[in-house]
Amino acid sequence: MLKILKYSFFDLVRSRWSYVYLLFYLLIGYVLLFLNHDLSKAVITLMNIIVILVPLIGTIFGIMYYYNSREFTELLLAQPVKRMSVFLGQYLGVALSLSLSLLIGLGLPFISYGLFQSDAVWEFGLLLVNGTFLTLIFTALAFNIAMINENRIKGFSYAILMWLFLAVIYDGIFLMSLVVFGEYPLDNFSIIATMLNPIDLSRILILLKLDISALLGYTGAIFQKFFGTHTGVLLSMTILTLWVALPVYNIYRKSLKKDF
Amino acid sequence: MIRIENLYKRFGRNEVLKGIDLQIESPGIYAVLGPNGSGKTTLIKSILGMVIPDKGEIFFKGNDISKSPDYRNDIDYLPQIANFPANLTVKEIFSMIKDLRGGQASDQELMAAFGLSPFMDKRLNTLSGGTKQKVNIVLSLMFNSKLIILDEPTTGLDPVALIRLKELLLQEKAAGKTILITTHIMQFVEEMADEIVFLLEGKIHFRGSVNGLKERTHTSNFEKAIAQTLTHHYA
Repeated sequence: MLKILKYSFFDLVRSRWSYVYLLFYLLIGYVLLFLNHDLSKAVITLMNIIVILVPLIGTIFGIMYYYNSREFTELLLAQPVKRMSVFLGQYLGVALSLSLSLLIGLGLPFISYGLFQSDAVWEFGLLLVNGTFLTLIFTALAFNIAMINENRIKGFSYAILMWLFLAVIYDGIFLMSLVVFGEYPLDNFSIIATMLNPIDLSRILILLKLDISALLGYTGAIFQKFFGTHTGVLLSMTILTLWVALPVYNIYRKSLKKDF
Repeated sequence: MIRIENLYKRFGRNEVLKGIDLQIESPGIYAVLGPNGSGKTTLIKSILGMVIPDKGEIFFKGNDISKSPDYRNDIDYLPQIANFPANLTVKEIFSMIKDLRGGQASDQELMAAFGLSPFMDKRLNTLSGGTKQKVNIVLSLMFNSKLIILDEPTTGLDPVALIRLKELLLQEKAAGKTILITTHIMQFVEEMADEIVFLLEGKIHFRGSVNGLKERTHTSNFEKAIAQTLTHHYA
């Protein structure tokens, strides 16, 4: 698996799109710091960008890579390696090269601005951890969709729909239900609904860490009570890990039975 | 070397293989022929473990192939379409496959034979279709495996490379290897194949020599013999 990972990683970090992605983050990072002159504020703005953009890029790169390397996958499958290694190697190659672009692209501007002297270090760290989690999650989901759909157009559409649902529509439904069922106690409902969407979960985690949950009103207070504790943070991280583990396990399961 | 027993495979509603029994023991060049959609590629991919059969068993050197991927150490495979990671160089793709397989590779001689040396540091997405196919051929023939499986090896090759390929295959045959080829170029089959396996609608319709098929259809021309087999079958 490591050998396949190594070469798909080499292939991807040299592709033009990785550079574009990296440059984009570098640019965003420097521009935000230049405009804000404040690390914490820049982190909040970045969060808003990251929780939407990272899933989108992970989804698109994941699905494109899978479809583009189809013939190469066949060549690899004819080698004396386990199927699982071929797919997990490719998946990690995509996810790690994307994560690296994110880490370097945002890390450089912030470090050069004096991140380590400021008190925003932990918030920024959490932002990067979350970004990495989201990359791992959405690349894995994209691989799942690609493995189920032979038809590229269909696979691509489903992937984009999945992103749209989790990034935009889910929140809409969530808010609507809060309004409609406003007369009932919704503490547990809102916490569980947040847990079920990795994008929401990352957003809430960062917001709480930044101590601006007061902006969220009553719900914010509930979240603060729940996520603010060690158990809350631990539980959220566990759920994010599950969001990675389940799709990856499904890649493994599908790879055993698939025909090429 | 290969023993296939009662192999069935369907893709959705399309039943591609309907009970294939095939045994290949002695070395030589075997051509798997048949019209489009007759199951040639599916059969080959089943041997390689890329297609998982619905029913039936495949044995390679007496071992059931579904048990472990290690048997593929002894198989060289040339896929139909050559498409490699765009941003790796030719050199890197060779070292990757060598890395994955381990063992001795005779890539240097083959690269010289196909004139690939000037392309070693080029990225794979800058190569022409024919050059990619040459890379593909070198990749699949550089290991000294007992069984060689070639899926449409002649696609996109210029005449010089085609002659090289034929020479190479004859060399490999002389070295006692078993070579399995699918192709639509009948002239290539007539020239190279010791035996043909003719697939029709997912079953083996004929197995024997080129002359055997000619005698069976009472024609002296191989292409016509194939055509006649098909028209008889569909008549």
